[in-house]
Amino acid sequence: MTVSAAIRPKSPIERLLASNSWLVFAFLYLPILLLIGFSFNENRNVGIWTGFSTRWYGEMFQNTEVMRALRNTLIVAVVSTVVSTILGTMAAIAMERFRFRGRGTLDGLLYLPIIIPDVTMAVMMLLFFAQAFDLIGGFFRLNFGLGTIALSHIAFNISFVAVVVRARLSRLDGALEEAAADLYADRWQAFRRVTLPLIMPGVAGGALLALTLSLDDVVVTSFVSGPGSTTLPVYVFGLVRRGVTPLINAVSTVMLVASMLLVGVSLLFQRGNRPPDQEE
Amino acid sequence: MTDTAVSLQGVSKRFGEVVAVAGIDLDVADGEFFSLLGPSGCGKTTTLRMIAGFEFPTAGSIRIHGAEVGLEPPNRRPVNTVFQSYALFPHMTVAENVGFGLQMKRVASNDIGDRVTRALDMVQLGHRSEAKPSQLSGGQQQRVALARALVNEPEVLLLDEPLGALDLKLRQAMQVELKELQERVGITFIYVTHDQEEALTMSDRIGVMSAGKLLQVGEPENIYEHPTSRFVADFIGEINLLPATVIDSGTVALLGGHQVGASTGAEPGTEVTVAIRPERFELYDLDEAIPDGSNRIEGTVARRTYYGDVFYYDVDTPAGRIEAKEENRPGVEHYEHGERVIVVWHQSAMAVVKD
Amino acid sequence: MASVGDGGGEGLSEAPTQRDRDALERSAERADSKRGLLVALPAYAYLALFFAIPFAIVFVYSFATRSRTGRTVLEDWNFDSYARLGDPIVREIALRSLTLAVITTVICLLASYPFAYYIATRRPAIRNLLLVLVMIPFWSNFLVRTYAWRVLLGNSGPISQISQFFGGEEVRVLFTNTAVLIGLVYGYLPFMVLPLYAALERMDWNLVEAARDLYASGWTAFRRITLPLSMPGVVAGSILVFIPSLGAYVTPALLGGARTTLLGDYIVGQFLSARNWPYGSALSVTVMVVMLIAAIAYFRAGAKTA
Repeated sequence: MTVSAAIRPKSPIERLLASNSWLVFAFLYLPILLLIGFSFNENRNVGIWTGFSTRWYGEMFQNTEVMRALRNTLIVAVVSTVVSTILGTMAAIAMERFRFRGRGTLDGLLYLPIIIPDVTMAVMMLLFFAQAFDLIGGFFRLNFGLGTIALSHIAFNISFVAVVVRARLSRLDGALEEAAADLYADRWQAFRRVTLPLIMPGVAGGALLALTLSLDDVVVTSFVSGPGSTTLPVYVFGLVRRGVTPLINAVSTVMLVASMLLVGVSLLFQRGNRPPDQEE
Repeated sequence: MTDTAVSLQGVSKRFGEVVAVAGIDLDVADGEFFSLLGPSGCGKTTTLRMIAGFEFPTAGSIRIHGAEVGLEPPNRRPVNTVFQSYALFPHMTVAENVGFGLQMKRVASNDIGDRVTRALDMVQLGHRSEAKPSQLSGGQQQRVALARALVNEPEVLLLDEPLGALDLKLRQAMQVELKELQERVGITFIYVTHDQEEALTMSDRIGVMSAGKLLQVGEPENIYEHPTSRFVADFIGEINLLPATVIDSGTVALLGGHQVGASTGAEPGTEVTVAIRPERFELYDLDEAIPDGSNRIEGTVARRTYYGDVFYYDVDTPAGRIEAKEENRPGVEHYEHGERVIVVWHQSAMAVVKD
Repeated sequence: MASVGDGGGEGLSEAPTQRDRDALERSAERADSKRGLLVALPAYAYLALFFAIPFAIVFVYSFATRSRTGRTVLEDWNFDSYARLGDPIVREIALRSLTLAVITTVICLLASYPFAYYIATRRPAIRNLLLVLVMIPFWSNFLVRTYAWRVLLGNSGPISQISQFFGGEEVRVLFTNTAVLIGLVYGYLPFMVLPLYAALERMDWNLVEAARDLYASGWTAFRRITLPLSMPGVVAGSILVFIPSLGAYVTPALLGGARTTLLGDYIVGQFLSARNWPYGSALSVTVMVVMLIAAIAYFRAGAKTA
């Protein structure tokens, strides 16, 4: 790609675009940085800086509610990520490599969770579980809790994983699987030795997406959680509606830094794995 | 008498409404280097894929050393393929790539190591066995693909335009190497290409295809000197195609009525095409003596192009524009633009084809 | 690939008849279909149970009745809930949400396009770095990023302080539509940047060079070549911002005021406070149908411009 065709270096346009980009980056990062900064504010009044302190972090780690919410969040996130990655990958493989009856329906089912807003998803899951508990809940003593949260997260995460893995699968050179067959591999061997290793980055990407969506989720979780099964985002959300406190800042910073680290690490990992021919 | 390695009888392939291959009959002899030659879309790759097993024929039978394999999956056929894009497994090393087929066939692991080493040595890549495909050049990747196929000692090796992605010099070097390799190893090669020079230089026999049909099969010389159809005449090398009408079994009339000698079994009045290679012409001065029994026609030099080792002359004649090629060496006269010349050729140096 | 996999017995010794061939193709297709269904089954079953059925239930509930005590009664099926969709208040909320979503999308587009263009025209090394820098906020926790604005926009928050420092007044933006707008733009900006960048990066820039060679000015080349060719990215990014903005709940809940209700909050309210599940269901169904139509329209448009 020739930059020279696009913009003349050092021209006014170039400088304009550069400043615009700086502004956008500032817009994206300043709030985050300020939030992190304020989490170290000694003052109870969040807006006014009075000094450096880590007391709020100390408070956070001693707050049982926060810790329990954190534990719940992690449990749900891990479970939903693992299950949805497996199911989503299988769905992607079925869609891209097989022709079967009902394929069109599955295609539609896979796309729907992606385009509906989370409010609608939350309503759907609430009504579903409410109705289900009405019918059989008494018998099994089922109730809203971590189980319903995990089941709901999996429901929308399958689609996201499937989309990512399908994208990766479709880019795979069909000749590779033909070559495997040419070299005496049957369908299963070709999949295990050639296809699967090559779509692993896609599977990992899908898993990361599922993890992020699970950690991010507020609305769906708040609709289907029960007493004692709050997750961290829902807990923070509830607190914030009552007012901003430094404790929330500390918790938020931890959540933020954790998610940023997670992404940063996975991006570095991807960069290391990418074969040279994919770069410019 | 050699065995037939691959035999196709009445093989057709249809994709929905499109007929890619229309009834091919072909026998490839054991140990032969056979090329399928034709332009893009002529069905040569589809035919190869049917032999490999990636497509099933919609009609006809495919036999390998007598055994019917037309409906067998590719992993059950005793053939291996070198793909146009090489299709090397990017996540495996060169050695793992080459050993893949042997692993699938459950060959003992120490044997695999030996055979892989020998295969890589055969293509001079023994020293790169631990590299990943992305670290190799195009030519090296191609040789790995070759080794990966040959190590399995297939009954037939199928090659799908393997040299297409290489630059000219490398391609020519690889052509020589491939030919020598095939002679050394003795395996039947079926080679698909659109490059007629490649086919001519490497093959024991060539099959020319167009629009799904196999037009002519024969040795390179035969295809070149005696094309049996207009398409084959035009596709291979350079040729002059002059419309003509049959007068009798020994004469045809070119455009403008000029008659020349030609042996043809066609009915008088049939429209035919006279096909003559540029190098078969000789140009004579108007007053020079011309050998008896030659065909001749008078014309004017419209253009002369200098290629260093040869001259190309475009000569306007009543029968149409004729392109002649003469060597640039002492003893061969040069002609100028505008000169009148006599274009002369021997009757045996031309072919008469119907379509 | 037409291969059968592990199909068929030993090789036949005569040419296969047409009947053999047809039978083989049919059984191959059946085997392929069975295997495919098997692989798809877990996801299929899960989505059928935990997505299709929930949606069906919502659909059914939208025709149910709300008892005086707020419970849902699955009798006396009616269209009352849908009738309420015509109420002025619904139209007002829908219009407000729609307007907000449109403005958000437009602002995101205007800010993102130069940004994506800039990144796409850098050297590969710089480009990758910039992309990573964009990705990090994109993947960070959405709630927290929105919450950051809650802190910033407070009446005595940092922005207010800065403005007062410069002699201005307190900034009283929080709990207004403007705050929600800022929050939405902030939250969904990366959703616009990434598709735009992808479209620009994939473009054949030789075409721009060709236009310049044919005496086009920089602006003309952009307007006649680059802009049209990047349209798929514009469409994709717009949909990715518009749809979530329309149904947003968290952002308006954190940054918006009580008096300016938007769709997301209105729907949630039916289930938490107003306890009118049938009405809430009708709203949800309608929103979902509208989104579906918008998404299908996008796919059609995307297919045409591809």
